[in-house]
Amino acid sequence: MKTIIKGGRVIDPKNNLDQCLDVLIEEDRIKEIAPQIREQADQVIDASNKIVAPGLIDLHVHLREPGREDKETILSGTRAAAKGGFTTVLAMPNCEPAIDSPEKVRSLNQRIKKDARVNVLVSSAITLERAGQKITDLDSLQKEGVLAITDDGSSVEDSKIMLNAMQRAKELDLLVIAHCEDVFLSKKGVVNKGFTSTKLGLKGISRESEYSRVARDIELAEKSNARLHIAHVSCRESVEMVAKAKKRGLRVSAETAPHYFALDEEAAWSFDTNMKMNPPLRAKEDAESIRQALAEGVIDVIASDHAPHTINEKAIEFDRAAFGVIGLETELAVAITELVNKKILTLFDLIKKFTVNPASIIKIDKGALSPAAVADLVIFSPEKEWVVKKENLVSKSSNSCFLGKRIKGVVEYTFCQGQMVYARQD
Amino acid sequence: MQIFKRKDLLGLEELSKEEIEEILFTAESFKEVSTREIKKVPALRGKTVVNLFYEPSTRTRVSFEVAAKRLSADVINVSIETSSVKKGETLIDTGKNIEALKADIIVIRHGSSGAPAMLARHLKANVVNAGDGWHEHPTQALLDIFTLKEKKGKIKDLKVSIIGDIAHSRVARSNIWGLTKLGAQVKVCAPKMLIPPGIEKMGVKITNDIENALNDADAVNILRMQFERDEKAAFPQELEYFKTFGVTEERLEKAKKDIIIMHPGPINRGIEISSAVADGERSVILEQVTNGIAVRMAVLFLVSQSQEQNHEDHN
Amino acid sequence: MKTKRILSQEDIKRTLTRLTHQILEKKTSSDGVVLIGIQTRGVHLAQRIQTIIREIEGIKVPLGALDITLYRDDLTTVGSSPVVKKTKINFDLNDKEVILIDDVLFTGRTVRAALDEIMDFGRPKSIELLVMIDRGHRELPIRADYVGKNIPTSAKEQIEVRLKEIDEQDEVVIIEKQ
Repeated sequence: MKTIIKGGRVIDPKNNLDQCLDVLIEEDRIKEIAPQIREQADQVIDASNKIVAPGLIDLHVHLREPGREDKETILSGTRAAAKGGFTTVLAMPNCEPAIDSPEKVRSLNQRIKKDARVNVLVSSAITLERAGQKITDLDSLQKEGVLAITDDGSSVEDSKIMLNAMQRAKELDLLVIAHCEDVFLSKKGVVNKGFTSTKLGLKGISRESEYSRVARDIELAEKSNARLHIAHVSCRESVEMVAKAKKRGLRVSAETAPHYFALDEEAAWSFDTNMKMNPPLRAKEDAESIRQALAEGVIDVIASDHAPHTINEKAIEFDRAAFGVIGLETELAVAITELVNKKILTLFDLIKKFTVNPASIIKIDKGALSPAAVADLVIFSPEKEWVVKKENLVSKSSNSCFLGKRIKGVVEYTFCQGQMVYARQD
Repeated sequence: MQIFKRKDLLGLEELSKEEIEEILFTAESFKEVSTREIKKVPALRGKTVVNLFYEPSTRTRVSFEVAAKRLSADVINVSIETSSVKKGETLIDTGKNIEALKADIIVIRHGSSGAPAMLARHLKANVVNAGDGWHEHPTQALLDIFTLKEKKGKIKDLKVSIIGDIAHSRVARSNIWGLTKLGAQVKVCAPKMLIPPGIEKMGVKITNDIENALNDADAVNILRMQFERDEKAAFPQELEYFKTFGVTEERLEKAKKDIIIMHPGPINRGIEISSAVADGERSVILEQVTNGIAVRMAVLFLVSQSQEQNHEDHN
Repeated sequence: MKTKRILSQEDIKRTLTRLTHQILEKKTSSDGVVLIGIQTRGVHLAQRIQTIIREIEGIKVPLGALDITLYRDDLTTVGSSPVVKKTKINFDLNDKEVILIDDVLFTGRTVRAALDEIMDFGRPKSIELLVMIDRGHRELPIRADYVGKNIPTSAKEQIEVRLKEIDEQDEVVIIEKQ
């Protein structure tokens, strides 16, 4: 099976490539990238006026399987990923039960092998049952293919345990992903603390609940020399801490999610529960500093924190509704609309944050269109406009904070391991 | 033609100055009805008003009930006990069931901020917020403002101090929105821990000194102190509160002679207010209760007249 | 839109004087007579009649204002959204001879509402109706006891009684809508 993708603008930051080229895929590999490939192919795709890029990578996705298949499954979640242009996602371990043992990883990998439409990387919990008490068996977990550890959804409260986990992760060269939140500071909060919590009469989540934990985890990373990745950075102070850590040469990386640069706390003023996530939407100044951090490279990657929830958990009172929003299907377009079209990032730099950067953080050989590499790639139209509608989402859940928004950037095709896993139909 | 064209009354924040003035003007007309021998007009004859109360509240519920009955509406009271642990029918389901009974107006009191807004989005019935969480209690603020205007003849440029647990008070928030829109100068007074962050952006001054709050005020609105809330440890003790923030005759000596004392009730004598002040000449606490009926009649009437169909069903 | 004046300021003055004389003639005494004007222009007409009675009899008869909005039969109709004005009847209505006053008598629905509202205030001995203009087109069995002027109109026409108190000048005009 041979596929030629003709005439697209190929953007591959890893290989410093940005020009109109043809791409030849043979079986699961990229065979050739060159101007005017004149080979017979089984399938020819016209990519003129479109971007051809390495398949996108999302380091923060909740696939909910096992345990909450009512919200999302490996099948539905990876279909959403493919539609969003993602060929690799890192599944978070806060399933029910949490992924905290080699057996659970093995069983999860079997499900992935059976159902996944794109590559799913597995992470495991730092502590058993994500309870923050006992560190999981990292050696065995790694042997089952775990690349990263995280108690995402919670922070490891006990600093000693976090330090020990990081020291162990350092020995094994595992990535530690930190959900930074001091629950004693954020306790029962549901929106950004300040004018928004005051105005809405809701409990607030303070910025210090986030950045004080960012500070601690950076300290512990320095002490242990572990590779630390700060998840979902939402506020200015966290950005500053990451910037400082990087200046000091620490092995610290950071991610943010599209809603933290595209929206701000005012979106929650309507009590729309699709604007409820943790960390919460922050002030306008925070969104601005997140955008700046993306431009300056302080924040390395954009990840969705795709967090599906059923309508039952969202169509209720704001303070009782679940935290989190889905994002895989809107992520690229929101980023193009808010960052590229507003001249904060070039398209080239944006693609970096979705490909080579996450690949190097999680240490996988992906995120590039090198000859002989596995053919994971996306073809998209950056100028095409669409409106986010509930009925068009392929995720099992529809808790998007961008419903009704008009955004630019449409994924036309997604190839994963040489297979066309998504083709736009409409 | 009415200026107020909304399907629902969810809060004062979203209202314009003109809309608030119209509610107050309409309430003036309705106040007369309660002075008649037959205290009833047929304006809402054949309409059904459901008081859907998720929090116990005798005073607000009774006030709405009297208001609805004086408009000839049929009134059904529904009380639902909730605790965060207990799982039950969702609010939207309950609302739809009540609507299926052909209720025209739903008056809702709920412990969660934003609950009335959510209900309003899902129902065709008119929704009136009778207090949601710490968010808003629009009819209470309207009756406070109505009473103030009746006493002082105007609201613009009046100095009003709101004293008490501002952080956990929907009455404070609604009063702040309403009073500032009408041009009053509002000051909030409480111990530091009870002043919520960013409140100055709502257009108020802040003080932690009761003398400062009383000295140049034309009116004070004293909030009920509740000591049973969950941040108990951080709260001052009752007696200590009375000593530092209680409104007493001695403290009022330096205040303007014609200062007006308001309180949304129920009052805690000897905690936020002394008995002498509560029962004194400057107190309008019982007039507030009387005016509450007129204001709620006006609100029920005005929403019932709206033709607005802003309902969107998400299911 | 075509506007035609049918009564001038002088005409209105003369008509009100005549109507007042009619009332007094019929009542033999102004004792027990009360005036109730329907908001808004009926109230102003009632005030003028009160003044004329005082000039003639030296007596100030009680005067009330009635807002019939809450008694309207079309409150639930789309697009009504009326403004509620004040009702003010500061005297006992029992056994009084009420003269109900309005500017224009048309379908009779306003008068029906006013009668219901007055009954809620007490049990007057009698109620009579005074209008400046009767333009016909009754939809209810109601007629006026004192009529300033009968003006047969078509459905396309509109009658406006303009009074100095709220309008620029005193006049009655007929407006033809196109």
